[in-house]
Amino acid sequence: MSTFPAGRGRKGALADNVFRGLVFLFAALIPFILAAYLFELGSHSIPSINAFGLSFVFGSQWNPPREIFEVLPEILGTLVSSLIAIAIGVPISLGVAVFLSEISPKGPREIISAVVELLAAVPSIVFGFWGLVILVPQVVRPVEGFLQAALGFIPLFQHAASGYDLFAGGVILAIMIIPYVAAVSRDAMLTVPRSQLEAAYALGGTKSEVIRMAVLGYARSGIIAGVFLGFGRAIGETMAVTLVIGNSLQFTSSLFAPAQTLASLIANNYGETIGTVPVAALIEVGLVLLGLSLLANFGARLILRRFVRKGAQML
Amino acid sequence: MNVRNILDKVWLSLAVAAVVVALAPLASIIYYVTVRGIAAISWNFLTHNFDQIGNSGGIANALEGTFLVVALASAIGIPVGLLAGVYISEYATGRLADVVRFLSDVLVGVPSIVTGILVYSAIVVSFPTPYKGYTAFAAGIALGLMEIPIIANTTSESLKLVPNSLREASAALGIRKWRTIFLMMANCLGGIMTGILLATSRVAGETAPLLLTALGSTQSFQGWFNSIETMTLFIFQNGTSGTPNLVEQAWGASFILLITVLGINIAIKLVTRRRIVFV
Amino acid sequence: MYSEVEGIEVEGSPVSASAVNTIPFDAGKHPIVEVRNLNAWYGPQHILSDVSMKFKRNRVTAIIGPSGCGKSTLVRCINRLHELVPNSKLTGNVMLDGVDIYGKQIDVVVVRRRIGMVFQKPNPFPNMSIRDNVVAGLKLAGVRDKKRLDEIAKNALQQAFLWDEVKDKLSNSGASISGGQQQRLCIARALAVEPEVILMDEPCSALDPTATAKIEELINKLSEDYTVIIVTHNMQQASRVADYTAFMYLGKLIEYDETPTMFENPKEELTERYITGKFG
Repeated sequence: MSTFPAGRGRKGALADNVFRGLVFLFAALIPFILAAYLFELGSHSIPSINAFGLSFVFGSQWNPPREIFEVLPEILGTLVSSLIAIAIGVPISLGVAVFLSEISPKGPREIISAVVELLAAVPSIVFGFWGLVILVPQVVRPVEGFLQAALGFIPLFQHAASGYDLFAGGVILAIMIIPYVAAVSRDAMLTVPRSQLEAAYALGGTKSEVIRMAVLGYARSGIIAGVFLGFGRAIGETMAVTLVIGNSLQFTSSLFAPAQTLASLIANNYGETIGTVPVAALIEVGLVLLGLSLLANFGARLILRRFVRKGAQML
Repeated sequence: MNVRNILDKVWLSLAVAAVVVALAPLASIIYYVTVRGIAAISWNFLTHNFDQIGNSGGIANALEGTFLVVALASAIGIPVGLLAGVYISEYATGRLADVVRFLSDVLVGVPSIVTGILVYSAIVVSFPTPYKGYTAFAAGIALGLMEIPIIANTTSESLKLVPNSLREASAALGIRKWRTIFLMMANCLGGIMTGILLATSRVAGETAPLLLTALGSTQSFQGWFNSIETMTLFIFQNGTSGTPNLVEQAWGASFILLITVLGINIAIKLVTRRRIVFV
Repeated sequence: MYSEVEGIEVEGSPVSASAVNTIPFDAGKHPIVEVRNLNAWYGPQHILSDVSMKFKRNRVTAIIGPSGCGKSTLVRCINRLHELVPNSKLTGNVMLDGVDIYGKQIDVVVVRRRIGMVFQKPNPFPNMSIRDNVVAGLKLAGVRDKKRLDEIAKNALQQAFLWDEVKDKLSNSGASISGGQQQRLCIARALAVEPEVILMDEPCSALDPTATAKIEELINKLSEDYTVIIVTHNMQQASRVADYTAFMYLGKLIEYDETPTMFENPKEELTERYITGKFG
């Protein structure tokens, strides 16, 4: 950092100091806000924590009239729907990333990358609305019907498949995480040095073998970071999931049963919560969700920071 | 043609197929939103408030609400984000800058509904207002909190691209640090504006935090300490209503919202050629 | 026919090289690699102009010349790495054992297995162990038997003079060893697939003198079983390791002869000027 002259005039110094003070103040807001999340949500869920303790996360009854608040089904719903999102979305994202970094010629690469990234700009309510009216009836329901016909003996696929269920939640989340996982993976793959590829080609590999051996191996950390990022994104998504997941307060061991996530639970209870304990319980749901999301995002950021060189601009 | 070559072709085709599968939802969304949305658009639709009973309802109050709430959010998010970004790039030393940037990244990843819960808990619950504490003001704060880390990150990244020689030249001329910084910001104005636009369009499309702060309304703006309607809430409420007329209006609102948001993003990509991903 | 030969034996025969050739060097035997009227371009840039030469089996041939003379491009045309660069072009023939490796029915994957390459900067796969690096090429070819792979790895590492130094850390990352060791690892990796020809593109330019000496000693040993073609900008190295030397300038082959003759009695003036250090 360059040194600045002692300067002329007290007015100049004053402006500098005021500015500097503002800058420091506003920057301090960032850790402050993060701390505020933890403290505010922590302290305001105390009435609920006192009332329910650990059964909040281990029990399965969310019953506002009886003032019983337990969210295990929602935790499971969150985790399972996000895992489905990963299971479906990551292979697709990797395919996209491989295509963009290794197969596509330079011209189309920019355009296709841009279009894939555009998917991330679609407002989540529009996603959810489209999911509700188009994706589920036209795509998810037929797929579920097919899966049920073929594999219906597995409990996982047994349930009246209306389409508005855990599976649909997973599918729409899969679509939503593609731009993130694909972009991060693509950037990781683009950092693979040419000499690695040449070494693999020189050994007599076909293009896909070279990609598997030299690219995926070398870019492994970046890809994993991308997957964590996608997972974190899926955990926190609210509107799209709420509109397609069926919103049942029970968790059944079937993909085709309606379910609920922590986020959709909050969304479904908006506007109606009154009373100390119910309000505290709602806030505690937010706290649990925050915890899960921080874990996933923290992990991703740490890996990203350490192993991936900064290629893309990432917000 | 042996097995390895055949497998090679299969794998490479799968990669291409993945691209098609990844682009299909976007195409479908744009198609349906446009086709069904345009049917709902009319002058009436754009200038009237939501009308539950009759057929003459519209999105006027929703448009107004989105605009106002986002304006408040930006009034908070832009100055704080800009200066926080300036801090990360210009004032903090190596380690500290990394830490603050890292924390900012973490903030970006906080689910928007949790942001809603934060503002709900801190402001809405304890506010003595007509509508149980749901206010446009709270909505603006929530969205502002979301804007701050996004703008901080884009600003600091933009400033980092300004060559050091500019800083040194300015210092050598005896120019004060704060003026130098303004000079550098002018130099990377494109990047900074991009970040602001992206943050703004991002929060304009948010719904979850508004459920817990703005609540929604059927009327025009009633003051900052009343509940308020936004485009996203409009789509949510009407899209899930099951009433065909209201659903159609939801498509219309989706259309307006989508072309605005996508339009801004496409314009940015065309102008800057930067790879920018919301993370 | 060439393309039907798998190029590597997956089961049965022992790992050692085929019968050592004791052919006197001037026996008009079919050269193992022959380049005929080779022209190569990167985009509009004409890198190689009408290069023709024959490489003798089981000998070390060095290619020398100033930067930009096309020597790297020449070897990359031999193992068909040149065509991986976008906008690259090539005319002419490259023959391996009398068969044009650019022929329509030729499987490039097999060509590259029969002609191995070691690069200027050592490039082991960092996410693989040393042992996995060595057998990487075999795994690509479908060899799965762990015992066999371990045997081959040991043999290749021995041939590359690296076994003793890494035998206790075979599961460490390929990038965890020194530069010189990494380069020998890359040589072992190339040897493991039993090529007939080994191309080396300035293999010592990123290494210190000790590591260089070790590799030069290795090259001398390798030529008993393999044909080595080495690109080098270091003339002393060429005179130390190579039986034959070719001098290239601006994409053309200027002179090609036995090494002693090249350095003591060059026929071309350009060669003489380069060798005496007047340019390049």
